Amino acid sequence: MDVTYINPFIRATVETFKTMLNLDLATGTPMLKKDARHSYDISGVIGLSGEAQGIISISFPKVMALKIVSTLLGEEIKIVGSELTDGIGELANIIAGNTKQYLTQFKLSISLPNVVVGSGHRIEVQTGVPTIIVPLKSSLGEFAMEVALKTR
Amino acid sequence: MKILLVDDSATMRRIQKTQLNNLGIKDIVEAENGDDALDKLYSNMPVDVILMDWNMPVMDGMTCLKKVRENASYKNVKIVMCTSESEKNKVIEAIKAGANNYIVKPFAPEALKEKLGL
Repeated sequence: MDVTYINPFIRATVETFKTMLNLDLATGTPMLKKDARHSYDISGVIGLSGEAQGIISISFPKVMALKIVSTLLGEEIKIVGSELTDGIGELANIIAGNTKQYLTQFKLSISLPNVVVGSGHRIEVQTGVPTIIVPLKSSLGEFAMEVALKTR
Repeated sequence: MKILLVDDSATMRRIQKTQLNNLGIKDIVEAENGDDALDKLYSNMPVDVILMDWNMPVMDGMTCLKKVRENASYKNVKIVMCTSESEKNKVIEAIKAGANNYIVKPFAPEALKEKLGL
């Protein structure tokens, strides 16, 4: 995976958070992820297919995910339920869809969102495809975006 | 103005419904996929505008758009695709299939107002 492909995903994430949540994001240094397990509680995952294949995911601590979806809906969400998972899935969907305009050479299609909940959950990707993790920080907390993209 | 709001995400429907309410539009029917939209369209005519997501389970927005445009009874219904699909070729595909306008998520309320011609 050419790491420069990470930049369109970062750009789409920053733009989505600004437009939908009026949140400014500080982007940390992208790193190679060594383990499928991570320390977040909820992840929105979108599959990517076309002339490149892989996934993009956004992962949050529970408290931050609740704050984000509460902000989206304009009312406080207190429990991990369908409102929370739907909101996180839709955010992932919008980020993935927006990234496509910057990676037209791959003719990407995006899957419907999948949302994984649980402390220490794992997101497995195709063997041999490196996952790049991007730490992100906002006034609502810290979270991460991950991209694994197999290009020809 | 009566709007049929079609999106599989309940979150997105709530966001858009609030934006529409803030624009003074209260007559809103919701559908969670293209198949549901065809049922709701049939039973709620006259509908002025369909706000249509693209990627949905059961029946996607493009399939639904084509089915609506095949039916002369709905020729005056304005269809605005409202989707995260952001490439130019997707916009062209939708317009060729009969969409009247196209808005890419995420969008500000002002953009929705403009696309609805308000």
